[in-house]
Amino acid sequence: MFNYSILFNPNVMYVVLGCLLMSVSASTVGTFTFLRKKSLIGDAVAHAILPGICLAFILNGTKNPLYLIPGAFLTGWLSILLVDAITHHSKIKQDAAISIVLSVFFGTGIWLLTVIQHSGMDNQSGLDAFLFGKAAALTSFDVWVFGIVALLLIAAIWAFYKEFQLLSFDKDFAQSIGYKTQLLELLLSGLTVLAIVTGIQAVGVVLMASLLIAPAATARFWTDKLHVMIFIAILISSVSAIIGASVSYIAPSMPTGPWIVMVLSLCAVLTFIFAPHKGIVVKWLKQRRNQQQMLEENILKTFYYLTQTTPDSDKAYFKLTDIQKQRSLRESELNKGIEALISEGYIEKQNDQYYTLTKEGLHQGKRVAHLHRLWELYLTEYLRIAPDHVHDDAETIEHVLTPELQERLEIILGNPEIKPEVK
Amino acid sequence: MIQQVEQPLIEIHDLTVTYHRKPVLWGIDFTLPKGIIAGIMGPNGAGKSTLIKAMMGLVPVGSGYVKLFGEDLKEVRAKVSYVPQKESVDWDFPASALDVVLMGRYGKLKWFQRPRKADRDVAMDCLKKVGMEAFANRQISQLSGGQQQRVFIARSLAQDADLYLMDEPFAGVDIATETAIVELLKEMTSEGKTVVVVHHDLQSAENYFDWLVLMNLRLVASGPIKEVMTKELLQETYGGKLNILTTVTDLLNKQDFPIREK
Repeated sequence: MFNYSILFNPNVMYVVLGCLLMSVSASTVGTFTFLRKKSLIGDAVAHAILPGICLAFILNGTKNPLYLIPGAFLTGWLSILLVDAITHHSKIKQDAAISIVLSVFFGTGIWLLTVIQHSGMDNQSGLDAFLFGKAAALTSFDVWVFGIVALLLIAAIWAFYKEFQLLSFDKDFAQSIGYKTQLLELLLSGLTVLAIVTGIQAVGVVLMASLLIAPAATARFWTDKLHVMIFIAILISSVSAIIGASVSYIAPSMPTGPWIVMVLSLCAVLTFIFAPHKGIVVKWLKQRRNQQQMLEENILKTFYYLTQTTPDSDKAYFKLTDIQKQRSLRESELNKGIEALISEGYIEKQNDQYYTLTKEGLHQGKRVAHLHRLWELYLTEYLRIAPDHVHDDAETIEHVLTPELQERLEIILGNPEIKPEVK
Repeated sequence: MIQQVEQPLIEIHDLTVTYHRKPVLWGIDFTLPKGIIAGIMGPNGAGKSTLIKAMMGLVPVGSGYVKLFGEDLKEVRAKVSYVPQKESVDWDFPASALDVVLMGRYGKLKWFQRPRKADRDVAMDCLKKVGMEAFANRQISQLSGGQQQRVFIARSLAQDADLYLMDEPFAGVDIATETAIVELLKEMTSEGKTVVVVHHDLQSAENYFDWLVLMNLRLVASGPIKEVMTKELLQETYGGKLNILTTVTDLLNKQDFPIREK
């Protein structure tokens, strides 16, 4: 069913190469669009390009990219200027301005497209492919043109890397050291429009914003360094372009653009789930670890309280029900905690019913009880909070206080002698 | 009480600034001498930040002019350092503390030029001066508010300027950081540098500043702190005497009137 050998056909390789170049340049420029919080503008520009393409076609009667690019560039840029003008001169906020410009331009584009289709102009078939991309129809000439544009874009970003970085982070400061920020912004938005104009060949007007923004948004999860972020964005978009373009040939009659966007989205979703530090899985594991730590420390603390109330304190044995009398814990939870504590060597099982703290367990229990009391003292004596309000707070804080904080608390409280709180 | 100085380092003449037809600074006129720490104080919305921004050419000026070192800003840019409000940037930006301090060197680099090794040395040195060398590679969003402010000060130091204009460097900062920054500023003025600080807290002002500028849309006072810190002047700045001025301000805004006829 799948014909893999088709991938080595020179025409197909042209298409894959074209998609690759477009995706790479879009994601490079898109990193700055994303960081400057202009993602929505990217979407407006992508839609605003359609009337430009149609007008250029009507005027020149050709689908040669050398004629279509200037037209697309013109209306794309016009949309940016319009959004700025509307926000600046009226009470309309940016999000509303973007919606207005996007829909008006796109509507005009669709109208022009329909006019062209009914006009009977020669050579007009395939123009509607700009809606969803027409990568499969790329000629070697197209690839050359877009390849050169893509290389120019990347070269410009590389050359003005430090200027764009500062502009994106702190525009006022950039201006204060004499950067021509208006010129730089003009240049950057020009590059953005150009990247969108080329990228549209691959994925089309409707999906273009994702080619621009998704790689950067995904890359941001993996790194805190700007140059690494750009590199990862390029990597993600390259992989998506190659896979997307290949799939559309291996399984014929599959559209290229949507496949590229599908792979991009998959990368994004996987990232949101599995990314280090900020991913859902990491956060979930951390929550679980905290819960487990709280459970274990609470059991040790309760055990410790119990030992303090028995005469022969160091070798006292308790039943699980003794714990539950002191502290409301579900049996399943308690069993889980006890099991973990036994395996960690803090608790020993005496026989079927009785448990005792090991020396280390006693130490841990004492530490937690001590921190609990220390925090209560800090709240009552230092922050003058009513004594009957501090217990619940201390129940949580006792688990997070570090030895350094403990030391500081002891110093400001004047090394208080702390007796375990027995309830 | 407006004391003018001979051969001023900063000269502000009849400065008026409007935002969308709404005047936020009215005819500000004052001069500042060299080698001092000056505080700019006034209530919320008094136009303190706007004044500093106008001095740095960051907001369009309706009338009047600013002269630094007796010249236009663009002639002396390399000698002036601006510290924006900490809240004006997104601290989630992918950069380390060192990256941000390095930005202070960009003014000395040409187009296309990357920061050199010597620039890194300077940046590390400036981080050390604010006690942040241990955090050089820390992502900036993981720094506390006080540490972020220290990074901004370090970036400013890296510019190696003669005049420093700082917008609320003590806002949202712990007392240890505030003391450390003040020490640093005093050290800088002892080397002949001049520091202008937008500040909020009246109590600390006397210990921090040599010179005080009080304002509330218009200039109330400018002079040595001992002479300006009087009950009458503070009353005039913070009290409700400005009702007519703010009413006119709103009127201009509502009627869409320009602040100057031409």
